[in-house]
Amino acid sequence: MSQELVLGIYVFIMAIFVGFEVISRVPSVLHTPLMSGTNAIHGIVVLGAFLVAGSADSPLLHALGFIAVVFGAANVFGGFVVTDRMLEMFKKREGGAVQGEKKDA
Amino acid sequence: MLDVRGSAIAVSYIIAAVLFIFGLKQLSSPSTARAGNRLAAIGMAIALAATLLDRQIVSFWTIAIGTLIGAVMGIYFGRTVQMTAMPQMVALFNGMGGATAALVSVAEFLRLTRFGERIGVGEGTSIVLGTAIGAISFTGSIVAFGKLQEILPGRPLQFPLQRLVNALILLALLVLGVMVVTEGGSTMLWLLFAAALVLGAMFVLPIGGGDMPVVISILNSLTGLAAALTGFVLHNQMLVVAGVLVGASGTLLTLLMSTAMNRSVANVLFGAFGATSNDAGSAVSAVGHTVRQTTAEDTAIALAYARSVVIVPGYGLAVAEAQHTVRELATDLENRGVSVKYAIHPVAGRMPGHMNVLLAEANVPYDQLLEMDQVNGQFPQTDVVLVVGANDVVNPAARDDPSSPIYGMPILDVDRARNIIVLKRSMGHGFAGIDNALFYHEKTRMLFGDARQSLTQIGQALKAA
Repeated sequence: MSQELVLGIYVFIMAIFVGFEVISRVPSVLHTPLMSGTNAIHGIVVLGAFLVAGSADSPLLHALGFIAVVFGAANVFGGFVVTDRMLEMFKKREGGAVQGEKKDA
Repeated sequence: MLDVRGSAIAVSYIIAAVLFIFGLKQLSSPSTARAGNRLAAIGMAIALAATLLDRQIVSFWTIAIGTLIGAVMGIYFGRTVQMTAMPQMVALFNGMGGATAALVSVAEFLRLTRFGERIGVGEGTSIVLGTAIGAISFTGSIVAFGKLQEILPGRPLQFPLQRLVNALILLALLVLGVMVVTEGGSTMLWLLFAAALVLGAMFVLPIGGGDMPVVISILNSLTGLAAALTGFVLHNQMLVVAGVLVGASGTLLTLLMSTAMNRSVANVLFGAFGATSNDAGSAVSAVGHTVRQTTAEDTAIALAYARSVVIVPGYGLAVAEAQHTVRELATDLENRGVSVKYAIHPVAGRMPGHMNVLLAEANVPYDQLLEMDQVNGQFPQTDVVLVVGANDVVNPAARDDPSSPIYGMPILDVDRARNIIVLKRSMGHGFAGIDNALFYHEKTRMLFGDARQSLTQIGQALKAA
């Protein structure tokens, strides 16, 4: 096994523990936003798509890289936007009363 | 040693990893969640910008145009999607991430072997697993999206020998994977890609719509794992760290969700939940049970003269986008001196926390939202329970009938209240596809129709009462 692979496995295992530890207690209210937030974070894979697309030297690799960048970017941007919209709902409201909505009689 | 660029990339990746970890930590607490999401987004921006410094990247056009298109798509759909459609949106974005991981793995294999070189066992295994898991996550997420969007039927889709066929595809994946690692050959990898795409769809089709939240959570952690595997292929620690963080936290989240439904993950995946009881359910309803209907006016009077009312929102409220209407009705009732609370089942709607999000959007005060454990003791003292488009989470069979497929799932004990009024589109089954004895209970009155229309009519009748 190469040194690099061993290091990678180390990182892999440590990250498992961190991932488990960091969200050990989460109220059910936040399950959906948390899922959406982690969904955005795994969009990091677009970074791999950057490397593939940026170093492509054949039409096939260009095409694969391009599609991967589009999908990955949609995952990242869409993921963070959707999560932010969900969490906007949880912000503290002033006064508690409700304004600004049509009330039809 | 690293050069200046390499060092800059490495330092940026470390900063990004720390931001991801802090972001996740903050995401698990309501007061800091939004800041946490932004922290993670900043980490992402740093990581992506740093990657552009990589010497491997010689052309930026594909990246620039691709990112622009993806970002516009993501932001547009992310901003315009209805709150009620959030779950399927998460599924869709997750599928795109899975596809990215699979495509990156395939492309890297093609690049590494273009002059007929052999690849190492470590890289080969990572490529095979990254391709397979990414592809499974892609089609699995698309099917989950289809079920939630009601393009595909929500009930479990089954056909004869399904498990055998799935096992054979899995076996084919294993054989192809070993062949790719030991012998190389891009044809084998493409075949493996195709087989994994089929398996992803086949794996989610037999799962009922009610279990989609758990399925999406599983697919979410699978995509994280696939991203981590591409990190091994590309020798990129950032991908490994971020991917595994998502894989691990997603796995924990999956366990938390299935605990909330009192089901095991295996039962969700292989139980074909709700498929068997469809026929039995309709037979029971045909025999001897009567449904008592009511009108909006009678409902308004029952509510107006009650002292305490508990509203139980469910998916029907979400579909009808009735969260604002229900809040207006509640305000009117409170102005009349009626005590109004909302009972939130942890898995009401289609995702845990779905109802909290919707009701928060309609500015329902937090102190009116009661969780299952808080509210269950209060039902015997409740004059009227108004069930708005909820079904399985109020089904007494989960508590009383050991033969029911949902037996053991914690429910809201609304049948213990003095009066129950159920707003429902029709006598159709809930997501679990099973019959609900609550609707035939002598204390229960049914008001059929779209939730928002019914609530509006009740509100008007209330003003007249």
